[in-house]
Amino acid sequence: MTTTAERQAVLTAANTAPDKDWVIVTRGVCREYDMGGEIVRALRGVDLAIRRNEYVAIMGPSGSGKSTLMNTIGCLDTPNSGEYWLNGQKASEMKDDELARVRNKEIGFVFQTFNLLPRATALANVELPLVYAGVPSAERHARAKEALERVQLDKRMGHRPNELSGGQRQRVAIARALVNRPSILLADEPTGNLDSTTSEEIMRVFEELASQGQTVIMVTHEPDIAAHARRVIVLRDGVVASDDRRENFTTKLGL
Amino acid sequence: MKFFEAVRLAFATIRVQKLKSFFTALGVCIGVMFLITVVSIVEGMGKYMENELVGKLIAINSFELRHRPSINIGDVSRETWLEYNRRPRILESDVEPVVAALPTDALWAMYSNGSIQVESSFGKPRSAQITAFDGQYLEIKKVGVTTGRSFSQVDISTGTSVVVIGPDLAKRLFPDLNAVDRQVKIGGRFYTVIGVGESLGSAFGMSFDNYVYAPFRSPVHRLLNPGAHQIDGMIVQVATAEALPDAQESVRGIMRARHQLRPAQKDNFVLETSDTALEFWNKIKSYLVLAGIALPAIGLVVGAIVIMNIMLVAVAERTHEIGIRKALGAKRRDILLQFMIEASTLSTFGAAMGIALGAIGAYAIRTMTPMPTYVAPWSIVVGVLIGAGVGIISGVYPASRASLLDPVAALRQE
Repeated sequence: MTTTAERQAVLTAANTAPDKDWVIVTRGVCREYDMGGEIVRALRGVDLAIRRNEYVAIMGPSGSGKSTLMNTIGCLDTPNSGEYWLNGQKASEMKDDELARVRNKEIGFVFQTFNLLPRATALANVELPLVYAGVPSAERHARAKEALERVQLDKRMGHRPNELSGGQRQRVAIARALVNRPSILLADEPTGNLDSTTSEEIMRVFEELASQGQTVIMVTHEPDIAAHARRVIVLRDGVVASDDRRENFTTKLGL
Repeated sequence: MKFFEAVRLAFATIRVQKLKSFFTALGVCIGVMFLITVVSIVEGMGKYMENELVGKLIAINSFELRHRPSINIGDVSRETWLEYNRRPRILESDVEPVVAALPTDALWAMYSNGSIQVESSFGKPRSAQITAFDGQYLEIKKVGVTTGRSFSQVDISTGTSVVVIGPDLAKRLFPDLNAVDRQVKIGGRFYTVIGVGESLGSAFGMSFDNYVYAPFRSPVHRLLNPGAHQIDGMIVQVATAEALPDAQESVRGIMRARHQLRPAQKDNFVLETSDTALEFWNKIKSYLVLAGIALPAIGLVVGAIVIMNIMLVAVAERTHEIGIRKALGAKRRDILLQFMIEASTLSTFGAAMGIALGAIGAYAIRTMTPMPTYVAPWSIVVGVLIGAGVGIISGVYPASRASLLDPVAALRQE
């Protein structure tokens, strides 16, 4: 069990690699953008520590910096200052190609708009991270099929995204996120484009993955979606405003 | 990402956009097509020169001894020309010592030639290439006689007023008549046609069948040589190519001695082989090939610009896709490779079409015009390399733009 004291200790140990139990540690992460001469300070010193196997929701009103934080955690973007440790590696000082490698190996993205390649089949979409990992073709097929089985879509793997429903598309995206066995599953408003029934279906997939020990980090502005997570971090004006653990929720799921 | 994956991806993209890809590749296709066609014409003429023309003009394993070259390569300077004119002429008296130095199985002839008007009572007068010779000139040049007879030993040694004329000349001077035993007038004197020779063909619309052969000692030789006992040259044919250098060296030795040249002095005569003629042709050919490459190059530049433009559009269109790929772990190199290979595949595909069309064009020219064409294997290789090269060059800029896209910004773009 993580205690606040323990977390505090990890966050203050600047320039030291955290224990391997901590999959994500950010220390005073700042990110500023130059929007046509005007400096926008999206993140103003975010301190976060997330353990392996946690199921975390990041919430906050628009403009609170949650997208920027998600991009930073997802290694799509690097902070202007502060440290970001991902799985024991200092991602905040990585070059583009190292970041690409980390995105490929450590992170599985699930986007609000699914972001599937329209002209590729479900199977080809799921194979994509393996292509960039240099996995040979036969193994790629097998692993992609396995990942589609995990989200019960192996029957539709020959279909293109436009032949699939929204929920099915998102499940393809989840299979794609999982195929490289990432350290974290990073979901950005995963139900934002889905109706409430389909949303529940997708949330059940996340819950199942979390119960299997997958670290899940989900960015959302919907409280009922965030309620599925066992820990909710709220951002406001580029800093962490609150960080609540839901022990009762964990108990309810029997963990 | 492996190279093969990138090629597969490129093919998939091209397959999806067949028509667009076709038009994109068209520029390179046309450029390569012209390259292949033009080079095939130049090469075809080259083959023709090497195999047919030079063999006819200058016989195989032979060389000619002349006081100055009959074929001049490039511009001859005034000084060189004056030096040629100061050279002593080859004389009848040189023939015997030269022949004595040759291997016994060598064929030889001495000759003088020039272009002179030939008249008959049946047709318009015509200027013809007249060669007066002694020796085995017709054997060396492989000129046979189709009707009538060739020169007898007596004709040659006594210099009777008889001639063998070419088929074109026979047709002009004696339309619809048999030329044999009829008379032609050269330089005011009458000569009896004893035979009509074989056709030597033509090159570039110029007939080689406008010839007259006559015995050296016949009166015609006075029209050909300004000074007494002067000859234009000698032709020597040896049995094998290996014997050629030795024979040339012994003739050179004899001639240097007869011209009393000191070791430091240069030869004041030339020994021309068929290589000399080919050298001349190769010089022309190099210019033709250059022109043949320079003109299609313009087409290829246009093709490259088209491909670059299309690739830039493709990068803009597929920004979101690039973002997805980057998010999933595509490195800069992977994106660069993807677009470079797509551009190269497009242009190589265009080049392949161009090669096919060029080969068809070359075949069409060969069958429909008198121009000989030959599709050289090297031009196909060059065509493919140009295709790939144009793709790489025109792909570099769009691909590097794609690879440098910021993944966050790219993902945001729809």
